[in-house]
Amino acid sequence: MGAIPTAAADNDQQPTDAEPPVLEARGIVKRFGHVEALRGADFTVRRGEVVALIGDNGAGKSTLIKTLSGVHPPDEGEIRVGGRPVQFSTPVDARRAGVETVYQDLAVADDLSVAANLYLGREILRSGPLGRLGLLDKRAMRHGAAAALDELGVRIPRVTTPIAMLSGGQRQCVAVARAIIWATNVVILDEPTAALGVVQTGRVLDVVRRARDAGMSVVLVSHNMPQVLEIADRVEVLRLGRRAAQLRADEVTTDDLVAAMTGSTNVDRDER
Amino acid sequence: MSSAEATAGTQRGELSDWFRERISHAVSEFTAATALVVLFIALTFASPYFLTADNLFNIGAQTAVIAIIATAQTMVIITKGIDLSVGSVAALAGVLGAMVVRDLGFSLWAATAVAIGVGALAGLLNGLLVTVARIPPFIATLGTMSVGRGLVFIITGAVGVYGLPRSFQLLGNGQILGIPFAVVITVLVAVGVAFLLSQTRFGQYTYAMGSNLEAARRSGIRVGRHLTGVYVLAGVLVGLGGMIAASRVNSGQPNYGISLELDVIAAAVIGGASLFGGQGRIVGTIIGAFLIALVRNGAVLLDISIHYQQVIVGVIIWAAVYFDQYRRRRLESRG
Ligand SMILES: Nc1ncnc2c1ncn2[C@@H]1O[C@H](COP(=O)(O)OP(=O)(O)O)[C@@H](O)[C@H]1O
Ligand SMILES: [Mg+2]
Repeated sequence: MGAIPTAAADNDQQPTDAEPPVLEARGIVKRFGHVEALRGADFTVRRGEVVALIGDNGAGKSTLIKTLSGVHPPDEGEIRVGGRPVQFSTPVDARRAGVETVYQDLAVADDLSVAANLYLGREILRSGPLGRLGLLDKRAMRHGAAAALDELGVRIPRVTTPIAMLSGGQRQCVAVARAIIWATNVVILDEPTAALGVVQTGRVLDVVRRARDAGMSVVLVSHNMPQVLEIADRVEVLRLGRRAAQLRADEVTTDDLVAAMTGSTNVDRDER
Repeated sequence: MSSAEATAGTQRGELSDWFRERISHAVSEFTAATALVVLFIALTFASPYFLTADNLFNIGAQTAVIAIIATAQTMVIITKGIDLSVGSVAALAGVLGAMVVRDLGFSLWAATAVAIGVGALAGLLNGLLVTVARIPPFIATLGTMSVGRGLVFIITGAVGVYGLPRSFQLLGNGQILGIPFAVVITVLVAVGVAFLLSQTRFGQYTYAMGSNLEAARRSGIRVGRHLTGVYVLAGVLVGLGGMIAASRVNSGQPNYGISLELDVIAAAVIGGASLFGGQGRIVGTIIGAFLIALVRNGAVLLDISIHYQQVIVGVIIWAAVYFDQYRRRRLESRG
């Protein structure tokens, strides 16, 4: 892995209805002992769109995301990337398919620097025989990390700072940036702004918009309904481990979203 | 940090951040080095014998064994593990190294290879117990400690392995230009491991696993394999240390290294390794090893009984771990 690929790789491809979804889950079942977290969940992400995934607490959003990122392989059901069925048994499988995830329980290594976290698992090695022995090219990673964060508008004092010394918002931005930098198809964000203040939330959402503008698909899990309507193109609603609705963000109100989440009213489905 | 993490606040904080970032590692190393110097001066005044060439040579060789094994311990501690088996594994390695020389006529180098192999096997066992059997490191290595000690007594019939050629003493008592051979080996080991930890992918993964195992796993690091590798490498060093210890007394002693784990854990945490994982540097560990060796040596010179030494080492461990927690809390209270 030489350098960070530019996020604009897929910029020129326009979404068309004929094109199969970038990422799709069909009939996913996932059990934890007696708990059935997902009971035949479906989920669709098309190219270049921001999809919000909403649902009540315990609806299975995080579990669905973990099946889509290879952390919890599903017990039943199928995942497709670009229309082709795939098996995500490990996070590496998902990453190879261009799917990057920011987990709700932030998976960053606090003791490592920002640069080391951005490159964790994809370190740049020195060229030549030293590199084959595993010698790190720290300079290249520092420069790469600084450039990538700059491009995404993430402001961190220095990329050599250990993550433990950053504020909550800065950490979240680093985690989001890490996903966006490496993703080639889809970035999944599980409640990335839940613990943040207004300013910090704004920053994270800016980073998300930049990713979308660069042609990436974004999946955003959020409990903030105004935020969902502001940033998402489409909304998928999960209830009790199943898809309850698919909605277009510009056609619904926050009340409609809440109704779909709780199952109190039937909302018109968008069968696009 | 407060909610005001926006532009205004960062400017002023930036310099102190930079300072903290640099300094946070160095604080415990600096404290330990200061303690080392103070103790050194105090012992110079307290005992006329302390500053003699013989005694300094002795301290060097004693530091060497503790430092090599503490280096091993540091790697394991960085992964958020602990290795309680170092004492019995060192004894087993030393005894078997001595036996192959006495009974099979192995050369010193071949015997050293045997000792290192014994250590590597023990490390592999520890690694598999932790990663495959999923036994917590504390318990896994506690078991290995017991098994190892039992084996070494069974093999030797609880009698030391004597009757070795003088050449057996080279590792422990030999010298190059007046510098103990063991010290030269220690420097090579320390530099090598420090390089491995700070400059290579292996080192990066070691810190990452200790810092956040789940993050490491999700990043695609094969944590089981890697963690096992750390235990094996630690075992290699423990085997080497055991061989040097045996060479120092020109015999294989089945009761060598009882409570050695305390000395090396103390050395590592004094030097800044954190039992919470993710932190630790070899420089600090070497300073810590030196300090522990001085405590032991000074106690002998001042006729303080081994029992009081145990008390002192225990208190040092408390103090070092307390300090580590205090430091972490201060760092995290910002976050
Ligand atoms: N690792 C796990 N082990 C056991 N139960 C789990 C695990 N992860 C999630 N669950 C259960 O699955 C259900 C869905 O959880 P989750 O996907 O976290 O919901 P959401 O993210 O929508 O709030 C909950 O009942 C939760 O307790
Ligand atoms: Mg969740």
